[in-house]
Amino acid sequence: MSIGNLPFVVAVLLVAFGIYTFLFKRNLIKLVIGVSLVETGVNLFLVTLGYRTAGIAPIYTFAPEAERMVLPTPQALTLTSIVIGLATTALLLSFAVFIHRHYGTLDVRKVKELQG
Amino acid sequence: MNTGMSIIVRTITRLVYGLALVFGFYVIMHGHLTPGGGFQGGAVVASAFALLLVAFGAAGVKGHLNRHLLQTLEEIGALAFLALGFVGIGSAFFYNLLANSGSLFGGAVVPIGPNAGVFNAGGTLPLMNWAVGLKVMTGIAAIVIAMLVGSRKEETE
Amino acid sequence: MKKAAILVAFLFVGAFLLLAATSMREFGEPSFADMDDYFIANTQTEVAANNAVTAVVFDYRGFDTLGEATVLFAAVVGVLALFRKLREDET
Repeated sequence: MSIGNLPFVVAVLLVAFGIYTFLFKRNLIKLVIGVSLVETGVNLFLVTLGYRTAGIAPIYTFAPEAERMVLPTPQALTLTSIVIGLATTALLLSFAVFIHRHYGTLDVRKVKELQG
Repeated sequence: MNTGMSIIVRTITRLVYGLALVFGFYVIMHGHLTPGGGFQGGAVVASAFALLLVAFGAAGVKGHLNRHLLQTLEEIGALAFLALGFVGIGSAFFYNLLANSGSLFGGAVVPIGPNAGVFNAGGTLPLMNWAVGLKVMTGIAAIVIAMLVGSRKEETE
Repeated sequence: MKKAAILVAFLFVGAFLLLAATSMREFGEPSFADMDDYFIANTQTEVAANNAVTAVVFDYRGFDTLGEATVLFAAVVGVLALFRKLREDET
């Protein structure tokens, strides 16, 4: 049987799991994991947008005999997106360390009060 | 985290660390021929640094990885990448002036179609690969060391 | 009560996402590929490199890579500045 739209559905499922995680969990580290899941789903969606049926990788070194190559531009944009996701996660985790040192807890509902 | 991990992990890390460094530099250097490039190779080398840090603890690598040296190297990588964009400013910003020109990385002629890979080609592409690779690997190593030392201080206070 | 409202909203968003994913164009046939056909055909003559992805990242679309390098630099400076207060106690 053919594959249909299954890669798009998988990428969207990852995004949906990420949104569930940062809506319903209370620990700060689990919120960061949810954000990382959403970024992973978006990167996967970007890469599956540029596929051509029966295409090879867009590299000419020892390339096999084929007619078409896969589009190279979505892969280049996904590189940028992965690096930006790394920068966001590093800053989020630094803030989590500081919040834990200041309040003593990592529960999101208890860090709402402004303390001196 | 003054102590590292067990002796099996430390022995395997001593064996694997050099291999991981060489593989990372290979991926950076051949970015214009094989899959890879600056960002991917920089991530491989940074994960080798992180493996060293996890296996030996913060006290074990204190003499080897200096935080200020890593910061300075990262700034040099960022400035080198920006300077390479100004090389072909006569035509456009980020113009590839060295390709097909006969000088540093433009000597050989690339045959059309599938071939075995020509190293002395690409123009400013290999130089930009090195600049971005240096920036990524020293940047991620600096982040990991700063977070490890910064969160360790709280327990010993 | 609030949890039930959030659950209903999340189910609505999830159903909308799945509906959008199943009604997209066919997987494997890109809609507009003229720019990428030009990149694939002219990489070996203009850029003199074998790797089309690296040529797109550093030569044809180098400005996006400059923005990404800036974001990475800002993140490293931010993390090192946040953890600076503890290094002063140590040294």
